[in-house]
Amino acid sequence: MSRFSVALHITPRRGILDPQGKAVAGALQTLGFAGVEDVHVGRHVIVELQASSAADAEKEARAMCQKLLANPVTEDFEIAGVKAR
Amino acid sequence: MMFGIVTFPGSNCDHDTMHAVVDALGEEAQYLWHKDHDLAGSDVIILPGGFSYGDYLRAGAIARFSPIMAEVVAHAKRGGPVLGICNGFQIACEAGLLPGALLRNESLKFVSEPVRLRVENAESLFTNRYERGRILTMPVAHGDGRYTADAQTLARLEGEGRVAFRYVQGEGDSDRYWSPNGSMNAIAGIISDAGNVMGLMPHPERAVDSILGSTDGLGIFESMLARVAA
Repeated sequence: MSRFSVALHITPRRGILDPQGKAVAGALQTLGFAGVEDVHVGRHVIVELQASSAADAEKEARAMCQKLLANPVTEDFEIAGVKAR
Repeated sequence: MMFGIVTFPGSNCDHDTMHAVVDALGEEAQYLWHKDHDLAGSDVIILPGGFSYGDYLRAGAIARFSPIMAEVVAHAKRGGPVLGICNGFQIACEAGLLPGALLRNESLKFVSEPVRLRVENAESLFTNRYERGRILTMPVAHGDGRYTADAQTLARLEGEGRVAFRYVQGEGDSDRYWSPNGSMNAIAGIISDAGNVMGLMPHPERAVDSILGSTDGLGIFESMLARVAA
């Protein structure tokens, strides 16, 4: 077994109203970032775990998202990176 | 009849719920600790309001893994009544007892105020003591109450009459739909497909004493008593 760190991005599903993202987009526009079209605010989760390979670590993390870390009704997730530690 | 009221770390409406059942309804109730493994003979389970596990990750997401929740889900699968109030509604959704999810209020503000609700279904286990169309007043107190579901789920809920309560405007005799939190279809409470689980964001247990401004919430407790004791 080796030690890995998996980074996960969990974001509100596109099409579902994201008032937090809208508020942040409005604030950025007010600050003069005129090119900002939209913002989506979600969560960044880092899971440190032991697994037999990087592929296994990623597979585990995916199952964690499906079972707990993301709400399947309203959120999408992606594996942002897998690193050996 | 025995009501079981689940106390999670962070529950803060369990005592109000006890008061509603024991003092207002006149029935028996007991607290069930989140680490318990049995429902101690409870006929009805109430998941009360609060901030179980500090709302970590998502409201209700961690509470559903409490040992007691396995028993609550089994009770619901057997057809046993479960009422989820506020955080209890969020927990019931996370546990898969009810469809959809409750997201951050559209205003991004915590709302704490009396709201008006229209009774949309007056036949259910939880609403049979009301008349359809009646307007009720109950308090809400939540930051994550925006009911959200996919189009197919929403159509099913509407088609099967499983929307129990909808928010209506707060003035005069208006029964125009309006939502304090941005809920889809102004949904305040829904019923499960088998009819034995209801979740709602408003607090019926805080609307059982006229001295506090409303007794409109008592009907939910009376409805359960009428159906379950029968």
